[in-house]
Amino acid sequence: MLTIEDLAVEVGGKTILNHINMEIPEGETHILFGPNGSGKTSLMMAIIGFSGYTVTNGKIIFKGEDITYMPIHERARLGVGVSFQRPPTINGLKTKDLVALCARKKPADVENLAELLNFKGFLERDVNRNFSGGEIKRSEMLQLMAQEPDLVLLDEPESGVDLENIVLLGDVVNTLLERGVKHPSGILEHAHLKKRTKSALVITHTGHILDYITADKGQVLYNGHLCCSRNAREILKWIREYGYEECVRCTM
Amino acid sequence: MHHVSNKPKTDIELSNYRSEAEKHEYVENLSQIEAVDSNQWLNVGVDIAELDRAGTFIQKDCSVIHSKAMKDGVEVMGISDALKKHDWLEDYLWKYISPEKDKFTEAAKENPHEGYFIRSFPGAKIKQPVQSCLYIAKEGFSQNVHNVVIAEENSEMHIITGCSTSPHLVTGLHVGVSEIFVKKGATLHFTMIHDWGEQINVRPRTAIHVEEGGVIVSNYISLRPVGSLQMSPTTYLDGKGAVARFNSILVASAGCHLDVGSTIFLNETDTRAEIISRAITVGGTIIARGEMIGRVAGCKGHLECKGLLLNDGIMHAIPELQGHVPGVEMSHEAAVGKIDQREIEYLMARGLDEDEAVSTIVRGFLNVDIEGLPPGLAAEIDKAVTETQKDMM
Repeated sequence: MLTIEDLAVEVGGKTILNHINMEIPEGETHILFGPNGSGKTSLMMAIIGFSGYTVTNGKIIFKGEDITYMPIHERARLGVGVSFQRPPTINGLKTKDLVALCARKKPADVENLAELLNFKGFLERDVNRNFSGGEIKRSEMLQLMAQEPDLVLLDEPESGVDLENIVLLGDVVNTLLERGVKHPSGILEHAHLKKRTKSALVITHTGHILDYITADKGQVLYNGHLCCSRNAREILKWIREYGYEECVRCTM
Repeated sequence: MHHVSNKPKTDIELSNYRSEAEKHEYVENLSQIEAVDSNQWLNVGVDIAELDRAGTFIQKDCSVIHSKAMKDGVEVMGISDALKKHDWLEDYLWKYISPEKDKFTEAAKENPHEGYFIRSFPGAKIKQPVQSCLYIAKEGFSQNVHNVVIAEENSEMHIITGCSTSPHLVTGLHVGVSEIFVKKGATLHFTMIHDWGEQINVRPRTAIHVEEGGVIVSNYISLRPVGSLQMSPTTYLDGKGAVARFNSILVASAGCHLDVGSTIFLNETDTRAEIISRAITVGGTIIARGEMIGRVAGCKGHLECKGLLLNDGIMHAIPELQGHVPGVEMSHEAAVGKIDQREIEYLMARGLDEDEAVSTIVRGFLNVDIEGLPPGLAAEIDKAVTETQKDMM
């Protein structure tokens, strides 16, 4: 699904990421661990193609296409979807209208999707205007539900979300990634028996999200380098026990 | 590169304009109006079918060509007929605006060409809007109107007033003196939509007087090119608990000069004022003013002035607050700049191309929640946004 080859990224003239190689096969969810400032968000921004994140070396290949220099909207239409950590407020644009725009030409039942996220009360509000951290997360997930991307990039999906909503959010992420055991309509759907096609890269520095979603693999980003790639829970255990610095020592 | 001047084009020579125009016949039925005219009216909110309207007033050059009230509780007529009918009306003229204010008010005093008189009766709650249109068809004409609106005690009324010109008109001047009276406990929504021409100069002069518990909501919309426009209606909140809310949406393309403000005096306790302005320039100049003068403790005001520069042009926000005693509570918020690239990229990450993203943001920017706008206006705003984008390219 996603292949990153020897990627280097500059932000403000400074190299933030170097020699990044990554492979996320179809249907797999990978967790990207890393302390604050390690370059996790920069990697995500480079994958979606935001300005200010300049690729100086290497390639990003998505579904077999080189998307390294593709405009943002073409990447999105090809199937890359992002949940942002700090999205901008868009004054005068109602959340429900943005959700409908995310669906593009597909029909979207905005009300129903919002119901799933306990977010109906926010549909008439301007996008992200005075939203709390948790509300932003739910708004981002709502947009992604309508967008239905094949590769989902989630930046700290659990941060700022209260206990009541984190379970809900986990369910929605699982639904989005075809990993759910619950079906929105309440009918048991053997999603796990179907061939799963959705992939994800989930950024976290605390790892709490692993209590709510399942993952195939974990990777650690430290000082702009990918240092480790193995079972996500195993990595989390190491980080919790020894901290990032010790954890990455084994590969350095 | 465009040459942009910030110099106000106030130096209008009145002698360059004709003060006479031939009379136009009264039209009994609006369906008889030629499409060339009626399409222009449609753009400024006039419904020719008059469905869902409480009254209509239409003036072409110096002639009232249609005027009637269709519901109980409201009067709609030309100001000269109204002066014949009501001998008390004389006392309302020039009450809060002096004819000596400037040469435009002098012209309106010396050489008046009608204007409307719209009045809601005491206690009348008029559900449908009253519509009016002031229209210039005569080349080089200076249309000097004098309007009076009275919302009597405890009445409710909504007026949609549009101003436009014939499509072939090149030059013209519109001088409009408007005196608006909101009596005790009355609520008046006053929506004004302007659609002038590229070389038309416009000088409205408005005063609004609000008594105890009265509410004035004024919406002003100018999306189309206009040569120069200068206005700053003055509102006097002279009764306890009186409220004024002003919204304006302005778009200036190259060559346009808009100097639009509002001044509100908060003269009694518990008075409230709000001025919200959204302005976009694509090559033109916009001066967005707002002034509040708090004269008693316990009054509250907020001023919000936001301007977008989409390529060239000048955006000048001038918010002013004056507190004359302790205990006034007034604030303002002004921002001028271009569209935030992060907003564009955020929407692109959802699959919108750059043009779609920009127009979505611009539409949102202009989407001030305005009470009681005519439904067709959303489509008009969309049209203006599309044209604005063409100018950007």
